[in-house]
Amino acid sequence: MEASQQEFLQHLLNGVTLGSIYALIALGYTMVYGILQLINFAHSEVYMMGAFAAYYTGRTLQLDQSPGILSFLILLIAAIVACSVLGLTIERLAYRPLRKAPKLNILITAIGVSLLLQYSAQVIFGAEPKLFPEVIADRTLFTVAEVEVRTLDITIFLVGTLAMGGLHFLIHQTRLGMAMRAVSVNGPVASLMGINVDRIIMWTFVVGSSLAAVGSVLVGLKYPKIDPLMGMLIGIKAFVAAVLGGIGSLPGAMLGGIFLGLSEEMVVAYLSSTYRDALAFGILIVVLLFRPAGLMGTPVKEKV
Amino acid sequence: MLQPKSSTLRSVFSTRSRLALFAFAAFGATMNLQLAGCTKKNAQPSNVIKIGEYGSFTGSEATFGVSTNEGLKLAIKEKNAAGGIKGKKIELISYDNQGKPEEARAMVQRLITQDQVLAVIGEVASTRSLAAAPVAQQYKVPMISPSSTNPQVTEIGDYIFRVCFIDPFQGLVMAKFARENLKKSKVAILKDVKSDYSTGLSDVFEREFKAMGGEIVGIESYASGDTDFKAQLTQIKGKKPEAIFVPGYYTEVGMIARQARQLGLKDVPLLGGDGWDSDKLWEIGGEAIKGSYFSNHYTTESDNPKVIEFIKRYREEYKGKTPDGLAALGYDAGQILMAAMERAPELTPKAIRDEIAKTKDFAGVTGQISINEQRNATKSAVVVQVADKVNRFITTITP
Repeated sequence: MEASQQEFLQHLLNGVTLGSIYALIALGYTMVYGILQLINFAHSEVYMMGAFAAYYTGRTLQLDQSPGILSFLILLIAAIVACSVLGLTIERLAYRPLRKAPKLNILITAIGVSLLLQYSAQVIFGAEPKLFPEVIADRTLFTVAEVEVRTLDITIFLVGTLAMGGLHFLIHQTRLGMAMRAVSVNGPVASLMGINVDRIIMWTFVVGSSLAAVGSVLVGLKYPKIDPLMGMLIGIKAFVAAVLGGIGSLPGAMLGGIFLGLSEEMVVAYLSSTYRDALAFGILIVVLLFRPAGLMGTPVKEKV
Repeated sequence: MLQPKSSTLRSVFSTRSRLALFAFAAFGATMNLQLAGCTKKNAQPSNVIKIGEYGSFTGSEATFGVSTNEGLKLAIKEKNAAGGIKGKKIELISYDNQGKPEEARAMVQRLITQDQVLAVIGEVASTRSLAAAPVAQQYKVPMISPSSTNPQVTEIGDYIFRVCFIDPFQGLVMAKFARENLKKSKVAILKDVKSDYSTGLSDVFEREFKAMGGEIVGIESYASGDTDFKAQLTQIKGKKPEAIFVPGYYTEVGMIARQARQLGLKDVPLLGGDGWDSDKLWEIGGEAIKGSYFSNHYTTESDNPKVIEFIKRYREEYKGKTPDGLAALGYDAGQILMAAMERAPELTPKAIRDEIAKTKDFAGVTGQISINEQRNATKSAVVVQVADKVNRFITTITP
C-alpha cells in the first residue's frame, strides 16, 4: 500500500474518533433544543464536571492502579450520576422558574450558569490541569495496512455507538421516548394528553447530561489532561456540530459531529493546519448556505 | 425524532446577536472597573515602597504565574528582612490576569493609576506582556518582564525591560544543539499559532537550522487550548523527521508527546524552549516526554553557590518545593529592580528606570545579567533533557 493511502486511512481513523466525541456532546444540545428551544450553554460545563467527578472518583479509589473494564465502568457511572444530578439541578433552579419568561432571559441565564460553573470549578478544583486516571491501557490492538488501531480508539467508537444506539432505542421504542417526542412537537397539547411535561423535561436533562458524562470520560481517557475550562472549545464545536446536522434532530447531531471531526482532520491533512478551524467552519457556512436547516433538519415555516 | 419548532437559521442568528449583546455587557463591566481605577487617587504612604505584579495565577498557564510570584515574594521578603530600601519596607501588590491579555492590560492600568506603584513586574507570556507594556510606557512607570522572550516586548518603549534572553537566542540555541550536539539533519516544526512566543522561536529556529545546513521537512501548527494533535502529527510522521521542534507550552507539549508516541513516532526526540518548564510536563507527558530536550534559563543541577543558596531558601519558604526556571527569573527580576531602587538618587519611576538600564554583570540565579541598549538581558542558556522527576543538565550555550 502506498504511503499516501496509509496516511489517508490514519486521518480517517483520527477524524471518526474525534467526530464521535463531538457527536456525543452535540446530542445533549440537540435534545434540550428539541424540547425547550433553548441552547443550553451550560451543557459544556456539565461535561467538564463529569470529567472532574470521574477524576476524583478514580483518585479516591486509586483506579489507575487496577486498570480494566470494571474501573472504566465505575468512572462512567460516577460521571453519569454527577452529571445527571447537576443537569437536574440546573434545570430545576435556573431554567424552570423562567419557563414562561421570554426566550432571551433563559438564554442569558444559560450563559450565566455556564460562566458560574467554569469559575466555581477554578476555585474548587484549582486552575492547573490534572491528569485523568488511565484505566484503559492504551496499546495497539491490531494493524490494518500499517495503520495502528489502538484500544482507546476502539473503546471510544464502541462506547459512543452504544450510547447513541441506546438513545435511539429510548426515543423510538419506549413510552418515555414517545412522550419526549410528543412534548417536542407540541408541549401544551402533550400536557392535555396527560403527559407530565415537567417530568419529561427533567428526563431530557438526565439523558442529555448522561451523554455528556460518557463523552467526558472518553475524552479524559484519550486526552488525559483535564482542566476547568476544557468544556469551552469542545462545547462550541459540539454546538456547531448540532447546528450543522440540523438542531433538534438526533441523527443530525451524530452526522454533524462525524462531519465536523472529519473535516477538521482532512483540512489539516490536505490544506493547512494553521487555518484548521477557519476552514472547518468555512465548510460549515457553505453547508448551511445550501441547507439552511442543517443536514438532517426539516425547515419549519414560522407562523406570523 | 425531535423536531425543531422554528427555522434553524433564524435561531442561529438570534443566538449570535444575543452572544454579542452579552459580550458588550461584559466589556462595559470592564470599562467601569477601569474608570473606577482612574478616579480613585491615593497618595503613596511615605513609609512603604509599592511594587506591582501581574501574572496568570489561574488559567491553563497558572503554574507560570504562581512560580514567578513565589520567586518574587522570596526576593522581597529577604530584602525586607535586611532592612528594606532606604529604610522603607517594600510592599508587593499582585493581580491575577487569568491568562488573558485584555485582563493583563486592565490589571497594569489598575496597578499604576489606582495603587500608584513605582514599578511593575510581569508577565511570563509574551502575548500578555505585549498587551500590558504600552500602559506602563504611557504612564512612564518601569516594567520588568521576568520571562517574556519575544523581541517585540522591550521594543514597546524605553520603560520596558526584561531579565531573560530573547526568542532569537532560544531558537538559535536549539538549532545549534540539534545540529551540533544531536547531529540531526531533518527536523519538523509544530508551532502554536496563537502564541507570539511560539511563532517567534519557530521562525528563528527555521532560519538558523537551515543556515547550519539542516533541512526543515515540514511546518505544522496548532492553537493553544487544542487537545487533538493527531492530524498534524500524522502529517509530520509522513515526512520522516529525526526530531520535532515544538516551541509550545507544557500543557500542549505533554499531550503532543503522548499522541506522537501513539502514532508510532517512537525514537524521535522533541525539542523545545522554556515554555516546557513545569512539573506538570512530566505528569501530562508521562513516559512519552522522557528523553526530549529543551532550552532553559537555569538548572537545579548547577554547582553555582548562588543557585544552591536560592534553592535552599526557596525550599524552606515553600514546603520543600523545588524552584523552576520561572521562580528563579521572578527572583532575579525582583532583585534587579530592588538593586536599582537602592542605587536611585530618589524614588521616582524615572530615576528607577535610569538605574535599571545601567544594570551590569548582576550575579543572578539565572546567570550574569547585563541590560543592553535594547533593554534586553544578555546571558547564557542551558539545555536540559527531560528525565525522571528532574531534568538532566546537558550543556550551556552562550550568546
